[in-house]
Amino acid sequence: MTQTVAFTVNGRPVSVAAAHEQTPLLDVLRNDLRLTGTRFGCGLEQCGCCVVLIDGKPEKSCTRSIDSVAGCDVTTIEGIGTPERPHPLQQAFLEEQAGQCGYCLSGIIISAKALLDRDASPSRAEIARALDDNICRCGAHNRILRAVEKAAARLREGWRA
Amino acid sequence: MTPALPSMLADNPRLDRWVNFTAPGQVAISTGRVEIGQGVLTAMAQIAAEELDVAVERIEIRSGDTDVTPNEGYTAGSQSMQAGGVALRQACADVRALFLNHAARLLGCTKAELTVHDGRILRAGEPTDHDYWSLATSVVLATEAAGTAPRKPLSEYTVVGRDTARLDLPAKLFGQPAFIHDMNLDGMAHARVVRQPNRGATLVSVDEEAIRRAARGQIAFVRDGNFLAIVGDNETAVEAAAAAATDHVVWRGAERPASLQQEATWLLQRPAVDRIIGEPAAAEPLRGLQTLEATYTRPHLAHASIGPSCGLAIYKDEHLTVWTHCQGVFPLRAALARALRLDPSVISVRHVQGPGCYGHNGADDAATDAAVIALQMPGRAIRVRWRRQEEFAFEPVSPAMVVKVRAKIDEAGHPLDWTTEIWSGTHQGRPGGGANLLAAEALPNPPPVPAPIDVPETVGGGATRNAEPLYDIPAKRIVHHLVTEVPRRTSALRGLGAMPNVFALECFTDELAERAGKDPVEYRLAQLSDPRARAVIERVAAMADWSAQQSRQANRGKGIGFARYKNRAAYAAVVVELEVEDSIRLLHAWCAADVGLAVNPDAVVNQLEGGMIQSASWVLKEQVRFDNATAGPIDWQGYPVLRFSEIPEIEIELLHAETDVPLGAGEATAGPTAAAIGNAVSRALGVRIRDLPLTRERIMAMLLAQ
Repeated sequence: MTQTVAFTVNGRPVSVAAAHEQTPLLDVLRNDLRLTGTRFGCGLEQCGCCVVLIDGKPEKSCTRSIDSVAGCDVTTIEGIGTPERPHPLQQAFLEEQAGQCGYCLSGIIISAKALLDRDASPSRAEIARALDDNICRCGAHNRILRAVEKAAARLREGWRA
Repeated sequence: MTPALPSMLADNPRLDRWVNFTAPGQVAISTGRVEIGQGVLTAMAQIAAEELDVAVERIEIRSGDTDVTPNEGYTAGSQSMQAGGVALRQACADVRALFLNHAARLLGCTKAELTVHDGRILRAGEPTDHDYWSLATSVVLATEAAGTAPRKPLSEYTVVGRDTARLDLPAKLFGQPAFIHDMNLDGMAHARVVRQPNRGATLVSVDEEAIRRAARGQIAFVRDGNFLAIVGDNETAVEAAAAAATDHVVWRGAERPASLQQEATWLLQRPAVDRIIGEPAAAEPLRGLQTLEATYTRPHLAHASIGPSCGLAIYKDEHLTVWTHCQGVFPLRAALARALRLDPSVISVRHVQGPGCYGHNGADDAATDAAVIALQMPGRAIRVRWRRQEEFAFEPVSPAMVVKVRAKIDEAGHPLDWTTEIWSGTHQGRPGGGANLLAAEALPNPPPVPAPIDVPETVGGGATRNAEPLYDIPAKRIVHHLVTEVPRRTSALRGLGAMPNVFALECFTDELAERAGKDPVEYRLAQLSDPRARAVIERVAAMADWSAQQSRQANRGKGIGFARYKNRAAYAAVVVELEVEDSIRLLHAWCAADVGLAVNPDAVVNQLEGGMIQSASWVLKEQVRFDNATAGPIDWQGYPVLRFSEIPEIEIELLHAETDVPLGAGEATAGPTAAAIGNAVSRALGVRIRDLPLTRERIMAMLLAQ
């Protein structure tokens, strides 16, 4: 029953032998590929902790079956920047100290990246709406919104992603 | 007279429990306090760096490990700076003094000639051959703190009191392994527990074949009494099996709370332990005085942490090691020893960061689950991760509360006699307190049900927390009914009784002001002599342009709420502006707070704001609802919380306090925010709603009833 699925993660081609075709992408990322930056929150597509980009679109990975990403290009939080070369979003989140427990941040940064990729100048309200599928339980919302605004401004100024 | 040691230092007097110079150029600092999303470890690093005169970058923090760190009980109650930080500060001052004494002997000079710069010892400002690390082998830290070393004066602080970036944040922003969920031990097995629905429920049968089919992969069952777990190498298979298991196990004696039990008023007719705290009621009625009364309620609340609980354990060479994101590794070790009938000396409990923790959630239980399974599978590392449904259904909830406030008022409308009467389940359901670990109740020969207790007033109280108004009222008392029969396990959630009590007290204060025809801010100030309390109220009124609100807009209003947390920690006053049509839209919130010494001001502001937003979510949306079929909500649809689009603009100011005494801040804004919202809604609608949450349904019902 083992299912071998080939796709791309953060620009690297991978081939994964999953237990079966319904194996959630999140389990494959965390347990097979040891990319634990994408967090498990609910497994019900309700909280946004597990959002990744699939062919550029923000998708919840907790219920997304592995066979459905065959041939796709998946981007996770590990793929958008590093401490040495942070993505402007990550840099802005650091500067704004945008987070408390930080468990929601991977999903939020990926959702924000998807927004900024399609709209370079979102209003504060549009950023908030884009993040409404992501729950932050600690109350760091305003810092997060400020950080996304800051990153958007810098990307417009030509900062490299 | 020798000053008293800070209590945490008295409990853990050995200096090497706090400070060690093992690696060159580094300072190993140990704290019993743990990171639960509040930034405490960064603040501890600042405190140690300041008092030892070393760069923050040299500090290596170890926290919450029964093998190495001081035992500071729980990281709870906004006590980390007020108790833990103060203890670490004195320990570091003592350590610095020991090194300077030793250096003075070696250099043949007086200690007064010596200073420390980034760990190097200077004489009259000039370098010597000595530093902490070169002297570390000859200065004995395996000694008890004297607590007599002078601490650095406030005026010389360069690290404490400055905004400092959180040490833990980068790993979380770059997706590095940061949480207990991300741990991967050699040969680790994944596990899920098929939960006993309630104490006393008996596992009658398990259709293992059906569960195996659902797993679509190799799984094994671990069973001991009414404890049933599914274990396997592949987490996907284990999760699928656990999801299916509920339909394939039969329990006898399973109980579900009824929907009528979800209302706080259900508590009124239940058995209770009654107490009166404060002035006895006047024997004779105070003649000529009017008595006013109002009753406020708040339902059960969930912690609803963003991630479900997780625990890891391994039992190897007759030693049990447990990894947990709980608030107290030492209390958990004691509880594990009792539940598993082991000696505490064969158990190590280590804290690893988890998703945001606001009190006693499922973390202790998940760790215990892992320990129970590990004991059955010696040598095998076990990882238990609760399911979202499990977290909602089995984490302890914050108890529903009914708060009745009664005041006798004078001609000017000010209270002369005040009674707060409370009905509540316990806020102290921690293992080793008033409750057992879940797994312990499922194992054979479960421990007896402990007698219900609540948090004593000496440490701030549970249901009685902030039940006494800070206003100048000649006679005040609390009548506390500790309800002993509740529909769900209840325990500590951020602020315990402070939020429902401050909501009741401060809403009632507004009702009294309105009755007296006075402005709510002026009314409060007229009966408040504590200058720090007055200062935060005056400041927040200025920030919110309070006096301009006389020209009222329809359906729009501002409200104020104030409290000094526990009447002994941080002062906070909050103003909220909102709009009500059929539901509430928060527009703007302001907060002025006095937290004494703010070790990391930016982190304090972050905590105060987080408390405001969480409280707003509680007030507008949250209630653990029972539907006769489940023990509460099972997902975020059944337990909605505030989302990004619903968050108001927030401005926070810390009032400057010329003091080196920190006042616990993390829980200070929840009560004032709840009251400010309640008061603003009353202003906007012209009608008072005293029952939380302030949902659309409740507002519509109230307006229709008019």
